[in-house]
Amino acid sequence: MTTAPLLQVVGVSKRFGPTIALRDVDLEVHPGEVLALIGENGAGKSTLLKILSGAHPPDSGQLFLDGQPYAPKGPHDARLRGVAMIYQELNLAPDLTVEDNLMLGQPGTGGGTLVRRRQRGRVREVLQAVGLGDLDPGAVAGEQSIATQQLIEIARALISESRLILFDEPTSSLPQKDVRRLFGIIRQLQNRGMGIVYISHFLEEVREVAQRFAVLRDGEKVGQGELADVSDAEIITMMAGRDVEELYPVVPHRPGEPRVQVVGLTAEPQPQGVELELRRGEIFGVAGLVGAGRTELLRCIFGLQSVVQGEILVDGRAVGRGVRAAMRAGMGFLSEDRKGEGLAQDLSIIENITLSNLGPYVRFGVIRLQRRNAAAEQWMRRVNVKARNGFQRVSELSGGNQQKVAFARILHQRAEILLLDEPTKGIDVGTKAEIYRMMGQLAAEGKTVVFVSSYLPELLAVCDRIAVMARGRIREVRPADQWTEDEVMQCAILQ
Amino acid sequence: MNKFSPFFRALFRSQMGPLAALVFIVIAFAVADYAIGSGNFLTLRNARVITSSTALIAVPAMGMTMIIIAGGIDLSAGTALTLAGTVLASMLKSAPVTSDQPGFASYVAWALAVTVGTGCLCGWINGALISATRVVPFIVTLGTMTIFLGVGQIIAKESTVYAPPEHLPGWLQNLCYTGPNIEKYGVLPYVPTSALIALVLVGAVALLLKYTVLGRNIFAIGSSQATARLCGVNVPLTVLAVYTLAGFFVAVGGLLYFADVKNGNPSDGTGKELEIIAAVVLGGGSLSGGRGSVLGTLIGGLIIVVIRTGCTLLQIPNTYTHIIIGIIIIVAVIVDQLRHGSPEWLFRMLAKA
Repeated sequence: MTTAPLLQVVGVSKRFGPTIALRDVDLEVHPGEVLALIGENGAGKSTLLKILSGAHPPDSGQLFLDGQPYAPKGPHDARLRGVAMIYQELNLAPDLTVEDNLMLGQPGTGGGTLVRRRQRGRVREVLQAVGLGDLDPGAVAGEQSIATQQLIEIARALISESRLILFDEPTSSLPQKDVRRLFGIIRQLQNRGMGIVYISHFLEEVREVAQRFAVLRDGEKVGQGELADVSDAEIITMMAGRDVEELYPVVPHRPGEPRVQVVGLTAEPQPQGVELELRRGEIFGVAGLVGAGRTELLRCIFGLQSVVQGEILVDGRAVGRGVRAAMRAGMGFLSEDRKGEGLAQDLSIIENITLSNLGPYVRFGVIRLQRRNAAAEQWMRRVNVKARNGFQRVSELSGGNQQKVAFARILHQRAEILLLDEPTKGIDVGTKAEIYRMMGQLAAEGKTVVFVSSYLPELLAVCDRIAVMARGRIREVRPADQWTEDEVMQCAILQ
Repeated sequence: MNKFSPFFRALFRSQMGPLAALVFIVIAFAVADYAIGSGNFLTLRNARVITSSTALIAVPAMGMTMIIIAGGIDLSAGTALTLAGTVLASMLKSAPVTSDQPGFASYVAWALAVTVGTGCLCGWINGALISATRVVPFIVTLGTMTIFLGVGQIIAKESTVYAPPEHLPGWLQNLCYTGPNIEKYGVLPYVPTSALIALVLVGAVALLLKYTVLGRNIFAIGSSQATARLCGVNVPLTVLAVYTLAGFFVAVGGLLYFADVKNGNPSDGTGKELEIIAAVVLGGGSLSGGRGSVLGTLIGGLIIVVIRTGCTLLQIPNTYTHIIIGIIIIVAVIVDQLRHGSPEWLFRMLAKA
């Protein structure tokens, strides 16, 4: 790198209340390079990008863009200065047309219409540049696929002549073929001499798209260099501050007799004719691509989604329809949508833990709050929730701690059959390990654990058996040690 | 501060805003009244008027508090309230016997049951429509608001129903009495009976929200319906229960209103729902659900009534009273938002000072 850096970050720190999100971070991005920003959740990656994109001001430290001091007053100001951010959650105005979205907030627009005739050519040009030449600029943005919307966002960065583009986990919701296309586009942006900062959890991906990396841990930069010089294990050790072997703690357990039978379970549009047998003391993994019907399968079993055909038997007895029947049969469900569904964000930890099972504390119609609170706090300690106290609102907790609260709820509910939908999504490595250990303990206690995940290494490491789903059907079930990652992928993808 | 348990600290924190606003407004009016008014503001007589008028808002606002905590809204509360009042008025008007004849008491009991039933039915209709159709409560109750008005007008034969005094039981006539005659106070001397009723109901709802499964489910639904469903809460049934229960409070509100004005006019109710909602919001209720308290609502009702009576005593024209109340509502909600954006801000400010 002989070129002058495009972006320089010098000694940036940021606190949110008592938590230190970033501590004295230095960083450089050169024109024409992709820098991968790696770290656990809560390591400060997103905070750093938000500072770069003007969403948060830093508490201390300086930013330089092309050697000039750079202190964006807000995201719009940053965009005008040539820094664009592509968020994890898409940020288009869903009801506006593609071209209106592209021109929104551009200098020289306003007044009557967003798009002037002479700008049409420019709109076409940037859409072409991101491989959307066929897209009608008059189409409504919200009706496009997620991948297309993401490309429209990149096109928006191009139209404002951004020189630095920040990607925050852009592939987390993309199917594989769109990931390829996105990487192609990123390479083109790179060839145009733009600087790119790329956040991702997936090391394979990072290696494919980026040249240099920087690792953040607990808000500090703990390593950087050329990706070609380090192994995955070295990077993971930097991220976690511990060795890979500790990631998947094994609790010995032995699957027992069958407990749950799923017979010909069919719903619209999926699952289709699913047959399963789940045992006591077993961790049963469900693999498959996003959209393969894994979530729908769990929701049908738990009675959250209506079933067209088929039934579920627990200990030989048919389970009635609806959530309450499923809960009476001993089921507990952990939603993949922690914010929207899994937890009532405005309520306290105690409320969230006990909501599904207030019965034991009720006498003469009155809830004995002290007993309830004491029991909930006991579960908080058991699953190791880090919080001020049980009255703290769930929204104030980190993702990992929120997930522990959701776990505590199904434990407090005394569920015997735990349906876990992506329980480790968006959680730091340390908490993941705690969750794997909990799953192992539950299996050792004779409970049945169903573990849906998109991350194959954890399924292979933790499960006793793994089923692969595709297009709403179970493709194949095998003991976990008889699968390899490649075989699972082939089974999930091939017809 | 440390001697408070977390619960009391939370309670204190959540009610401090409305309480501070109330104290400020009372002091402001007392000073203004002392300086330029007639000196009638800080009198026991005025305190009785204020508590009785507050009861008229607070009772139906109890139901609204539950609805708003559950993430709903009830625009039909006003017209349902006067519909219940009109039903009571027309039943008493057509009473077969007068108050000094035998059989009157049982007829009154029957009339009261029908009145309460009317309110509950109105609420049940709202709840059933919302649960069954999944149309948002705002729209459903916007529709039933005019329906209840129309039904009331049919019952009142498009005019006002006056029940003759000999058809009114004495206790009903004196329910909202605030005057100097000690004999007209039914329960406690010089305490308006309406205010006592309101206090009892406020206490009951506070306990219901805090100590019953229904109460916790109401908060859960308002905070996140999806989560409540996942936790096995019967969401449609809870919604139905909340609106029906709210209908009960609306009916009692209608009873108090009838006792106050002694007639039944269905169109009186138009606009009352906004006053009721304002009381809830001033008390810290969040229209996005999950947040609100009966104590806050009571204080919110007091704020509205204190401003109204204070302005009357200062001979400020009604038009300005409307403007003042409007400003207070907006300021209150802004302050509330600031507080919840960073709940510790006041403690921090106090620490700095």
